[in-house]
Amino acid sequence: MLRFFLKRVVLTLPTFFALMFVTFLMIRLVPGDPVEVRLGERGISPERHAELLREMGLDRPVWQQFADYVWGLFHGDFGVSIITKTPVVREFLTLFPATLELTLCAMIFAITLGIPAGVIAATRRGGIYDQTLMGLALTGYSMPIFWWGLLLILVMSNTLHLTPVSGRIDLIKYYFEPVTGFMLIDSLLSGQKGAFLDAVRHLILPTIVLGTVPLATVARMTRSAMLEVLGEDYVRTARAKGLTWRRIIGLHALRNALIPVVTVIGLQIGTLLAGAVLTETIFSWPGVGKWLVESIARRDYPALQGGIMLISSIVILCNVIVDVLYGLINPRIRHAH
Amino acid sequence: MKRFGMFASALLLGTMLAGAAQAKTLVYCSEGSPENFTPAMNTTGTSFDAARPLYNQLVEFERGSTNVVPSLAESWDVSPDGMTITFKLRPGVKFHSGVNGFTPTRDFNADDVIWSFDRQWKPDHPYAKVSGGAYDYFNDMGMPDLLKSIEKIDDLTVKMTLNEPNAPIIANLAMDFATIASAEYADFLMKKGTPEQFDQIPVGTGPFQFVAYQKDAVIRFKAFDDYWGGKAKIDDLVYAITPDNTARYAKLKAGECHVMGYPNPADLEAMGKDEAINLLQQAGLNIGYLAMNAQKPPFDKKEVRQAINMAIDRDSILKEVYQGAGQKAKNLIPPTIWSYNDAVTDYEYNPEKAKEMLKAAGVENLQSDLWWMPVQRPYNPNAKRMAEMMQADLAKVGINAELKSFEWGEYRKRLQAGEHQMGLLGWTGDNGDPDNFFFLRGCDAQGTPASQNITKWCNKDFNDMLFQARKLSETADRTKIYEQMQVLQKEEAPDVTIAHSTVFEPIRKEVIDYKISPFGRHEFYGVDIQE
Amino acid sequence: MPTDTTMGQARSQPTPPGPLLAFWRSFRENRGAVLGLTIVAVIVFVAVFAPLLAPYSPSEQFRGSTKLPPFWVIGSDPRFILGTDAVGRDMLSRLIYGSRVSLFIGLSVMVVSMVVGVALGLAAAWFGGIVDVIILRIMDLIMSIPSLVLAILIIAVIGPNLTNTIVAVTIVGLPRYVRLVRASAISELSKDYVIGAKVAGNGPFRLMMVTILPNCMAPLIVQAALGLSDAILEAAGLGFLGLGAQPPVPEWGAMLADSRDLMLSHPWVMALPGIAILTTVLAINLMGDGLRDALDPRLKRS
Repeated sequence: MLRFFLKRVVLTLPTFFALMFVTFLMIRLVPGDPVEVRLGERGISPERHAELLREMGLDRPVWQQFADYVWGLFHGDFGVSIITKTPVVREFLTLFPATLELTLCAMIFAITLGIPAGVIAATRRGGIYDQTLMGLALTGYSMPIFWWGLLLILVMSNTLHLTPVSGRIDLIKYYFEPVTGFMLIDSLLSGQKGAFLDAVRHLILPTIVLGTVPLATVARMTRSAMLEVLGEDYVRTARAKGLTWRRIIGLHALRNALIPVVTVIGLQIGTLLAGAVLTETIFSWPGVGKWLVESIARRDYPALQGGIMLISSIVILCNVIVDVLYGLINPRIRHAH
Repeated sequence: MKRFGMFASALLLGTMLAGAAQAKTLVYCSEGSPENFTPAMNTTGTSFDAARPLYNQLVEFERGSTNVVPSLAESWDVSPDGMTITFKLRPGVKFHSGVNGFTPTRDFNADDVIWSFDRQWKPDHPYAKVSGGAYDYFNDMGMPDLLKSIEKIDDLTVKMTLNEPNAPIIANLAMDFATIASAEYADFLMKKGTPEQFDQIPVGTGPFQFVAYQKDAVIRFKAFDDYWGGKAKIDDLVYAITPDNTARYAKLKAGECHVMGYPNPADLEAMGKDEAINLLQQAGLNIGYLAMNAQKPPFDKKEVRQAINMAIDRDSILKEVYQGAGQKAKNLIPPTIWSYNDAVTDYEYNPEKAKEMLKAAGVENLQSDLWWMPVQRPYNPNAKRMAEMMQADLAKVGINAELKSFEWGEYRKRLQAGEHQMGLLGWTGDNGDPDNFFFLRGCDAQGTPASQNITKWCNKDFNDMLFQARKLSETADRTKIYEQMQVLQKEEAPDVTIAHSTVFEPIRKEVIDYKISPFGRHEFYGVDIQE
Repeated sequence: MPTDTTMGQARSQPTPPGPLLAFWRSFRENRGAVLGLTIVAVIVFVAVFAPLLAPYSPSEQFRGSTKLPPFWVIGSDPRFILGTDAVGRDMLSRLIYGSRVSLFIGLSVMVVSMVVGVALGLAAAWFGGIVDVIILRIMDLIMSIPSLVLAILIIAVIGPNLTNTIVAVTIVGLPRYVRLVRASAISELSKDYVIGAKVAGNGPFRLMMVTILPNCMAPLIVQAALGLSDAILEAAGLGFLGLGAQPPVPEWGAMLADSRDLMLSHPWVMALPGIAILTTVLAINLMGDGLRDALDPRLKRS
């Protein structure tokens, strides 16, 4: 098993190197440089421009910069942000928990609603429940989430005043230092009354918005996996033996149907971690996606390179874990490799 | 971040336990994260706002106005030839204590002043290269050429010698880049081997001291008990970083913050009607304009430029782009700046006449371009919408203008290089001096336009007057020259002066004595909250 | 391309009553799919005849009548059925012309992805070895960078406009096509009929195009339908971030972004383009689901 895992990790290494190279090169191909981007309407003299680039080490040949960068990476140094002058890893670590918290909540939202919805739809195939649920799932799947987010803010926050508009906690009422970076945990640790509930309230809308597409995917996936399993011989046998539908679904069908669903969920986590850009933008969520997009705008080369390397490593790792888990559940895959 | 955050939290916990119930907290919904807390290295209003509660300058702008008042310098004398300025420093000014394990052993003195300017000025200064060391404003304001020396006469006297007389310098020294930091704290960090913390965990003389900062989320300050001007009326000051202006408004409505900056113009009407909100407003110190490239035909002809001035329906733009939150601009400088010439006659919107003039100048079915900046600026809330409206206006007089835009940094670079035919840009004043606006149409002695002069229009008379006014020290003399320059500029029409936007700031009703700044600053010392 | 391949399919397995007819019968059973197809047909019709259907030019500005609400809201103007936007352009006309932009982007992305995806996928499957590894690693690379971040980065390099939106969205979505074609082709390559064709002396190109490709077609068509809706969504997302079509092109995502400042005061201006995007994407997905059910015999069985 360990060998299989290591083999998968080794297989990702070339991707990793290529990733290093591509992000490094691409951000440098973007017109403009960090000096120009910072300037106001006043402009700058060419001499001073050159001087500032030199101070940032950006006047040297690109290959030399790349060599330095790779050298640094091998020593665990992801560089220092040009704009804020703080180490990229430190910036990443302050923002990543916010993204992870949102992603996990969205995933839990998707799973707790999506799997039952899929099961109900499959067992009542063709009925009104099936059609309604699958219609909703397809709508969710087709949703332009930036619009969905704005719409929810408009209705839930601005008209009905049910949820806060943005941020992670009410800053007037509560104050505590981040310990874990997860607002739900930190608010509990702080022991301040009502802080946890407030953090939950702030999470509701972003969770719904980010969770909508995975919810639809999980529901659809569960349904089709269930349908497939329900058509298998052993289920028919179980039925013939006189087992109740509930027992069949609970004991046999669901367990087997969940295998592909778990795979989809695992792959979705990776996508979500990285794909929260629009949700984070709409809700002013202090996460990684928004930071990456801002880094492109500011030509913050080290932040963007480091940020993409870190987030992509996590995505790749997620995929490897899913692969390995899948291999565990389904030994045929392992042998195929 | 976590390490010093923990420390700061322990500190804050003490104060909170002591008087948690009585503590007055003011929350400001700010629009973004600061780059760092050293104003000398920053260029954005967001970063300046974040550092402002912490620091003072030698002289300061009075809150809510452009008047320069004493601050760390109690008084100053300018020599008759205008070449030396002697500052008398305020005695007994304390630095923040207990931030990042630093306890000051002495009060503010001349060493701190010299240290703060030398860091930006002298490349061999121990802190010159710390945190990247780009001192944009110090260089942009021409300080390296202007300054001859800064000397310490005694602990509380500093003498500044210039290379030539310069009327705007006192106003310049009130700007954020001229912030005075603690030389002792710098030494303390240098000995600890962590000089870069100087710009991340700030120590100053200001009315609030630093508590904690979390990127993209929150900055926390608390009132400094020993502030030389007296302790602030609020106990805790919180900046809730909320980039989206609609979200800021919703938070203000919900009472999650007390003051917000940069409201969305489309929401102003609703804000004005809101019972819980006071909508403050003040004429902004800015100008939004359309520059025509005078080096590219047919815009080298004065008549063509005048015709375009008549072709553009600025009243509609004011209504739809500024949503009424602006004032039609007649001159480059806003009316709140001294020397504003109200006698100048503006061009009227008259597409028929514009068409005739274009025809007379031999311009028909002109293919041109119109550049719009991709970002929202204080002087232009929606450049894209403005460009779309202008495009329609120009089409009516037979000019087909293609809309173009580039990423913001690239955009300015290309405009400054003169690649455009017509382009939108603008300016926000730094210090309330007319020179700070008129230099935008300046050229060098050889008649080459300066890079910030994106009209690429060089007029010898205009330029001579610009240089002459800089050397005079009497405001009355300068006023006369600037008034003439405005007449000349209107006649020559290198640009279409569109609007001076009005700065709006909604605050909650319980906030007392908040003053809106003509510079777009956000200042909280002196502000109180009604319980 | 689709007509060719269905013909190929028809030739290779001529079973009565003909696969095309069988497909249509199966597709017709699915009411959702038929509904989707109908809506898509209407949208295509609107896009093709936009100049005839739209009451005004999409860029004509009625300065006196800005931000009017649609007809069912008080204060509307009968001249503008769906109201006007911030500079007084007729919303209905802009939405109608916007369908052209969205469909153009979606179809372009789909066609380019199909062609490039099929070429790369078949190449990887046929040559195997180093070619396969290189192609797969490049696809892994694309997939490991957050897709929107990658798209934004590409746009930042090549500049924002309609064509570049198509390029960026295509690159980001390409791995799905390549992997799909490669996987199907590899499984086909080991089958007896291919070996037979090889033995019979068919050249590799002919083998690929005539023998293998038609047999990978079913999943590819399904992927293309889903890819079309994904492309429209992603392009709208880029438009929303201001990186897509440039003004005054009436792209739905950009229209949404333009009216974001009016969200609280004039919600209709923001709501309508979103509804247009949702309807289009939903209709295509309904149709895609129908295609999948009709083409995938495994699902048909259960």
